[in-house]
Amino acid sequence: MKPFTPLTRKNDNQHVRYLVVDDSVFARKNLGRMIESFGGEVAGEAGDGCTAITEYARVKPDIVLMDVTMPQMEGIEAVERIVRQNPDARIVMVSSVGYQDNILAALQKGARHFVQKPVKPDVLYEIIRYVLNDDTANVPAAPAEVRS
Amino acid sequence: MKMQLIQPFISAADCVLATALDGPAAIGDLTMDEQDYRPRGYAARISIHGDIEGRIVVDMAPETAFRVASALSGQQVEAADETVRETVHELANMMIGNAVTLLNDHGYQFKVLPPEQHTSDAPVQSKSDTEELAIFFDTSCGRIFLSVRMRYNLRERAHRIPVPALS
Repeated sequence: MKPFTPLTRKNDNQHVRYLVVDDSVFARKNLGRMIESFGGEVAGEAGDGCTAITEYARVKPDIVLMDVTMPQMEGIEAVERIVRQNPDARIVMVSSVGYQDNILAALQKGARHFVQKPVKPDVLYEIIRYVLNDDTANVPAAPAEVRS
Repeated sequence: MKMQLIQPFISAADCVLATALDGPAAIGDLTMDEQDYRPRGYAARISIHGDIEGRIVVDMAPETAFRVASALSGQQVEAADETVRETVHELANMMIGNAVTLLNDHGYQFKVLPPEQHTSDAPVQSKSDTEELAIFFDTSCGRIFLSVRMRYNLRERAHRIPVPALS
């Protein structure tokens, strides 16, 4: 994987801490490798929405990467609960199922962006830059249904 | 089974394999069969329920699965372990998820169930009364098989937009 210019937090210039939520161990590992290449740290992992809420409260990550379809509690419900308690939470949905209803529901519940699997590292990198409020980020085009 | 049902799965599989394995995939011939699908090695079966009902199997020989797992995990995988199974499941998830996205955006609504594992050579049992459509993709990691058995669960709605054919 190509190296990226490390992403840092604006307020203290420290590395970005992530919570990775996906029921697939493989997907979590894969996202973890991308995060490392972005200069970030996987501060916590969760395999379902319930654990994600607990882990969010424990690790207070800068960014959450959240799958949609998971056992026990799906990602969109977890987004709603996390954002209700933490309005500043920055959550990026990462799912292979990227249809209109899912994207809009996630954004309405407070997710900041949506990226469809398979994830390309450079696409995720730019989305995270955007979500971290870097105005110079070259954000990939959102799906047409979100733009409209 | 109508072509407009199978086409999104072929298009999505082609796109996902090319992206995930970082190279083009050559699409093989489409075949039809009324027998239950017999896996060749590592197979993940995903069922969908709703306007369209049925199952999809993503299958590959063990050597291909090891190469795919190595390519996707960024580390050499040579033995049958959890990484291989996880990789095949995640690949199947991505292929089916992208196909479901195409179908959903054209008006079909359904629920996708998590993948089930099939590692034996026992046939994949199917409840559907339709024939099976099978296709393979030649990738840099080897041949990957896709078997789709599906039918409409409800009468077609007039407002649905036809899914465009693969260009």
